[in-house]
Amino acid sequence: MTGRGRETMLHGKSLVVVGFVLAAWASSAIGQFPLAEEMSGQTVDAAHRADEQVLAPSPVPNATVESALFYLFGGALLVSAIGVCVCKSVVRMATWLFGALGAAAVLYFLMGATFLGAIQLIVYAGGTLILIIFGVMLTSKSPWVRFECRRIEFWAAGGVVGVLFCALITLLVGTDWPTPAVAPQPVTIAMFGEALLTTYLVPFEVASVLLLVVMIGAAYLARQERS
Amino acid sequence: MFLIGLTHYLILSAAVLCCGLFVMMTKRNAIGILIGVELVLNSVNINFVAFDRYRPDGGFDGQVAALFVIVLAAAEAAVAVAICMNLYKNINTIDVDRGDALHG
Repeated sequence: MTGRGRETMLHGKSLVVVGFVLAAWASSAIGQFPLAEEMSGQTVDAAHRADEQVLAPSPVPNATVESALFYLFGGALLVSAIGVCVCKSVVRMATWLFGALGAAAVLYFLMGATFLGAIQLIVYAGGTLILIIFGVMLTSKSPWVRFECRRIEFWAAGGVVGVLFCALITLLVGTDWPTPAVAPQPVTIAMFGEALLTTYLVPFEVASVLLLVVMIGAAYLARQERS
Repeated sequence: MFLIGLTHYLILSAAVLCCGLFVMMTKRNAIGILIGVELVLNSVNINFVAFDRYRPDGGFDGQVAALFVIVLAAAEAAVAVAICMNLYKNINTIDVDRGDALHG
C-alpha cells in the first residue's frame, strides 16, 4: 500500500470513529425529548391528536435542542454530500457517503421517525454501503484508482446543478408551507407493521417479489463463468 | 429563523439532491455514479419524512413511502454492483465511457 493510501485509510477510520461518537451523543440527547411520555398515548385517534397539537405550543427548550441538532446534523449531511462531490477516489466517496447516511438517520430520529432511522442505519449504512465497498474492491486492481472527467464537463455539470439549486431555493422559500408547530409524533413499530399488512399490503408483497427477483438476478449476473 | 420548519428540511434536501446530481454527472466510475444515486434517494427520503412530520393530521404515509424507497435502493444497489462486476469482467474497467460496444 502506498503512503497516500495508508493516509487515506487513517482519515477514513478517524471519520468513522467521530461519526459513531456523534451518533451516540445525538441519541442520548434525543432521549431527553418528551418522546417517552407521548409513546404511551399512541392509541389516541389522529383527529384528537391533531386538535391537541394545535392547542399545545411547542415548548421552548425542546425547540432549541431540536434546532441545534438540526443545524449540527444537517450541516454534517451537507458537508458529507459536498465531500462526496469533491473526492476523486471511490473509497473516499464511500466514506463520505457513510457520513451522509448516518447524519440522515439522525435527522429521521429528530423528526420522530425512529423506526425509519433504525432501518436507515441497518439497511443503508450497514448493507447497501458495504455492498458498494465490495463493488469497489472487486472491480479495480487498486482501490485508489481515479477517473477524471473533462474540465468542460465539470463546469457544465456545475452550471446545471447551480441553476437547479437556485430555482429550487426560490420555489421553496417563496411557497407558503403549512407549518403546524407540533412536537414530532413518534411512529411505533406496531403502527408500521399494521399499516404494512393492511393499507400497504399490495406494495409490500410486490416489494418482496422484487427482492426475490433481484436476489436471483444479481446472483445470475455476478456468477463465475465455467469454462 | 431559529425555529426549525418544513422549509429548512426542504432546503437541506434540495442541497443534497444537487450534490447527488453533480456526482452522477461528473464521475465516470460506475460505482461513483451509484453513490450519486444513493445521495439523490436519500434527499427524497428526507423530503418524505419532513412532509410527514409537518402534516397536521398525524398520519405516517410518507414514512412508509420512505421505507419502500430504502428497499428499492437496496435492490438497485445489488443489481448495479452485479452489472459493474460484469462490465469489469468484459472490458477490464468500470469507466462508463469505455462501455461503448453497442455504440452505433
